[in-house]
Amino acid sequence: MSEKSIISARNLSVDFLLSRGFFSENVYLRAIKSVSVEIPKGSFFGLVGESGSGKTTLGRAFLKAVPISDGEVHFNDGDVEYDLEALNKEQLTEYRKRAQLIFQDPYAALSPRMTVRDIIAEPLEVMGITSSREETDERVRDIAAKCRLNLEHLRRFPHAFSGGQRQRISIARALVSNPRFVVADESVAALDVSIQADILNLLKDLQDELDLTYLFISHDLSVVAHVCDHIAVMYLGQLVETAPTRALFSAPRHPYTKALLSAIPSLDPDQRGKAQKLEGEIPSPTNPPSGCKFHTRCPNVHDICRHEEPKLEHAGMEHEVACLRWKELLAE
Amino acid sequence: MTLLKVENLTLQFDTDEGRITAVDGVSFEVNAGEVLGVVGESGSGKSITAKSIMHLNPRNTVYGEDSRIELSLEDGVIDVLSLTRERDMQVVRGGAVSMIFQEPMASFAPAITIGDQMTEQLLLHKDITKKDAVNLSIEMLERVGISDASHRFKQYAFELSGGMRQRAMIAMALSTSPKLLIADEPTTALDVTIQAQVIDLMKDLVEDFGMGIVFITHDLGVIAQTVDRVAVMYLGNIVEQGPVRDVIRDPAHPYTHGLLDALPKLDDLDSPLTPISGDIPSPLERPDGCVFHTRCSRVEPRCSQSAPKMMEFVDNHYGACFVEAEKRGAA
Repeated sequence: MSEKSIISARNLSVDFLLSRGFFSENVYLRAIKSVSVEIPKGSFFGLVGESGSGKTTLGRAFLKAVPISDGEVHFNDGDVEYDLEALNKEQLTEYRKRAQLIFQDPYAALSPRMTVRDIIAEPLEVMGITSSREETDERVRDIAAKCRLNLEHLRRFPHAFSGGQRQRISIARALVSNPRFVVADESVAALDVSIQADILNLLKDLQDELDLTYLFISHDLSVVAHVCDHIAVMYLGQLVETAPTRALFSAPRHPYTKALLSAIPSLDPDQRGKAQKLEGEIPSPTNPPSGCKFHTRCPNVHDICRHEEPKLEHAGMEHEVACLRWKELLAE
Repeated sequence: MTLLKVENLTLQFDTDEGRITAVDGVSFEVNAGEVLGVVGESGSGKSITAKSIMHLNPRNTVYGEDSRIELSLEDGVIDVLSLTRERDMQVVRGGAVSMIFQEPMASFAPAITIGDQMTEQLLLHKDITKKDAVNLSIEMLERVGISDASHRFKQYAFELSGGMRQRAMIAMALSTSPKLLIADEPTTALDVTIQAQVIDLMKDLVEDFGMGIVFITHDLGVIAQTVDRVAVMYLGNIVEQGPVRDVIRDPAHPYTHGLLDALPKLDDLDSPLTPISGDIPSPLERPDGCVFHTRCSRVEPRCSQSAPKMMEFVDNHYGACFVEAEKRGAA
């Protein structure tokens, strides 16, 4: 475990119970399988993959919002050090202050019956962070200003706001407890392009100002490329490649990463039809393929991929890939 | 050949808060075998413009007096907006025009098999026996790349994955061999890998069937990869229209410029993302003059006083902007 990692996970697995057996054994779905990853302190860490790849579940496991079935997760922000499996009640409360979540849909995340001030203040009151109303108000105003909200709007209700403003309210609510680690789960996916850029810039500015570490979950690779410094690619509950952004985009090693990158629609109308197309769809996690989980769709599949399961291995500076044939493919 | 002609379409809604203008004087044409892209953000009026082609807007819709939507079919021209009886509209809805929606799960009835839904609409629109309808449906499912089609035919929508549902939706929309297909954000709910497959499929189908497509999306990348011509909409107006290359390489409207600048680009990771300042105004507070002037970086005093008209800047490339017109010497 590195001193510089705010989150380090080792062989983390998350199972969901599908059906409880009466005479037979319980049936589980393995949503996350043996994931080891280090999120460096102060990084903007991207997590990408198709729907059903387990990105959201992994983010929630880091927040201790889903039970960890196997493996361990450690949190270390420099002040406190926690083993997420062994938190007592006080530590859990403290951890909730230090690790927060920004949701995807700013229309669903805000209660229509609360004023903006109350929405932002709620975490402070629930967690008992402030002791007086004046103190609460001061913190609310402080974070609202940082999130570039108009302070006069604090008395209004969320229906009066557009998507971009609502997302800023959501962000203020997540950051009011002064967290060190923030999971942003598809936080710009529901926004229009012109607004999306504004929220991304805001997240970046807040990171510098408040010294935050983000886990930025997204299906949109071009967004991830712009804001993140590290990226992890997930497929069917496993990490298939992790690397610094530049390395991942200039020299992707895993066939899945390559396919994802080439599927992004190019803005150049003359580049039509040049994408390397991926056949089929992501298999169901209830019945995952044997060997390398990607072999059913991989354009570079060999016999060995059907039997042997690849492990993440070193492929350059901070670059790891889980593919049995990546060296061979590099030579081709 | 012009297939669809929309002229000066104005659409208002009667609501408790007064009459809201949702679309204001929109004109465009679609030829057979052509894909027209309509791009815009939420609230730009792109979906209701498309729905009015099938006369699908709610009862409180008020169309402008000189608004016209004309469909040229083999047996004459249909003036869509003049249709009043449901029976007459059937020629258009599902017959000459089919529509694909964003969320295929919401478009299939959950308790009826895919096959029954496909054959039902075929029997409605085509002079065909039940047996032929079944065969044609299975054939269409195979055509859109669904493996084991006769088995899928008997399944329900929830048993199919997202990508497969969208394919089934396309198969169903095309089985009546429409002249015009309206695709409203058909790939937005899909993963990039599946999106690429669906875009490919749609391009193949245009070639095979020779129909016209109105492709609505908010994603300029998808537009660049799919369409021949593009219309950019903002707050109920078309602000720019032209061949897709010209519009993307040399936009004639500050809004299109802004959209392109706000988009993360993969070939230049260091370039900052530039948002368009401000928010889209509420339709209740439509700005006077040019609708975009409240957010425009190149705004001039005259922009808030009168609305610019569509001007042709270069061949078939139109824009509605005073500043741009002056720069290009078109006015």
